[in-house]
Amino acid sequence: MLIREPDDIGSSEITPYRVYMNRRHFIGRTAKAAAAAALVPPLLSACARPETAQARGSVEKGEGALRPMPGSSQERDWDAVRSELDEPLTPYSDVTGYNNFYEFGTGKEDPAANAHTLRTRPWTVAVEGEVERPAVYDLDDFLAPYTPEDRVYRLRCVEAWSMVIPWTGIPLAQVIERLKPTGKARFVEFTTLLDPEQMPGQRRRVLDWPYVEGLRLDEAMHPLTLLGTGVYGADLPNQNGAPLRLIVPWKYGFKSVKSIVKIRFVEQMPATTWAMAAPREYGFYANVNPEVDHPRWSQARERRLGEFRRRPTLPFNGYADQVAAMYSGLDLKRWF
Amino acid sequence: MSAAGDRRRRAAIKTLIWAACLAPAVWLGAEALWGDLGANPIETITHRTGWWTLFLLTTTLAVTPARRIARRPNWVRYRRLLGLFAFFYGTLHFLTYLVLDQFFAWSFILEDIAERPFITVGFAAWLMLLALALTSTRASIRRLRKNWQRLHRLIYVAAVAGGIHFFWGVKADKREPLIFIVIITVLLSLRVWAPWRRRAARPRQVPLTE
Repeated sequence: MLIREPDDIGSSEITPYRVYMNRRHFIGRTAKAAAAAALVPPLLSACARPETAQARGSVEKGEGALRPMPGSSQERDWDAVRSELDEPLTPYSDVTGYNNFYEFGTGKEDPAANAHTLRTRPWTVAVEGEVERPAVYDLDDFLAPYTPEDRVYRLRCVEAWSMVIPWTGIPLAQVIERLKPTGKARFVEFTTLLDPEQMPGQRRRVLDWPYVEGLRLDEAMHPLTLLGTGVYGADLPNQNGAPLRLIVPWKYGFKSVKSIVKIRFVEQMPATTWAMAAPREYGFYANVNPEVDHPRWSQARERRLGEFRRRPTLPFNGYADQVAAMYSGLDLKRWF
Repeated sequence: MSAAGDRRRRAAIKTLIWAACLAPAVWLGAEALWGDLGANPIETITHRTGWWTLFLLTTTLAVTPARRIARRPNWVRYRRLLGLFAFFYGTLHFLTYLVLDQFFAWSFILEDIAERPFITVGFAAWLMLLALALTSTRASIRRLRKNWQRLHRLIYVAAVAGGIHFFWGVKADKREPLIFIVIITVLLSLRVWAPWRRRAARPRQVPLTE
């Protein structure tokens, strides 16, 4: 198996959020978009959301409001990392206020409203299956050996909206190497917490709880794949999948399972939640692919939150150079 | 009651209906101006206008059963107004898709309408409402005579199509579209079953024992 060095990731794909914070031209650009929108009647201008500039400005000035993670992003040498990923970050309020996490309700603002009931400490992660070191780990022990990294990734939801998010996380490959899967392991399966007391959305069977997602082992080992612990330089808010979530930027958002309590190494392709709920609409791979439409809508374009016009969706969400090789010979129309 | 008093009362009721039906649009516009529509305003506008279309369509369908059951035949005066407001929100909904969501990307729009049943059904419903709105004038009623009633039965087809459109558009939580579909089905079966007609045909049943 080819395991690429992290250097293979284009510098354009990894950007510390602080770099963005210092780039005033985003504000200028947003203001221009707002001015353009002002030419069209009021509803339109609301859609281009001139307040985005404000929101971004407030993050820039008010970083103190975000709780820095000890030993993480805030003390980094940001100049050491260069970036050409010339896309403005989605404001913190949108990243944490608009997302899908059905465990806390099916509306996009439900997770932010309801996730306060989730208790993220103490938290355990069970490692099971085809692995040399199966155990139930306390989360802090589980994470102790690794140094979290900051990565700015695009996130493309299967519903055709997208964001640009500064994550903090640990390359999953490092964790997997340490856990030592056996030769039989071909897939990794991740499971979200099941506890209707803490996750009120689980009291109704909109999905077959608990939420299960999975990756092929080589996908899991890919240097872009992260176990996320933070966003915008702070701990993950509950609604974003605290305390531990997956981040797979070239796949639709639903692959990036949240609030993980179990990691299982298996021989067979795991049965994953959305693929079971609607097999015609959601597949195991779920690679972002503008050429394979969802049966109910086109995947050719997406709406980047804060933008008015839809933009074209890129193959593998723009990470084709890094990941396409893993799928050579695979019929992406069949294995959507 | 005097004829003038009747007129005044009807005008007052119509004003109330106007105000109530415009309120959601005004509210939405105000929220848009305040930038209060959340992270994805276009999605919010789409969902909100769609919801009010279906709500007003259902309300319009309820007028006839309500006036028969309550024996207030005069209520029919307000039916057209409600129906036109349903069309108004349906048009806002369609324009939101056309302008805000797709920004006149005709190739994508045509593909959506042709290939995605959820959009095909919604578009068909809007076309029906358009036909009904265009023929809602007194002149049309006179000109089309019997055909007018036949044509305007399309509102049931439009409502069912709208309910299906909502149902297919939702990813997992189907409760709300199902509630609409159930209500529309009940209203439709009330019209077919028409309990008031039977009651009118037969002499009124009086309980023998009291």
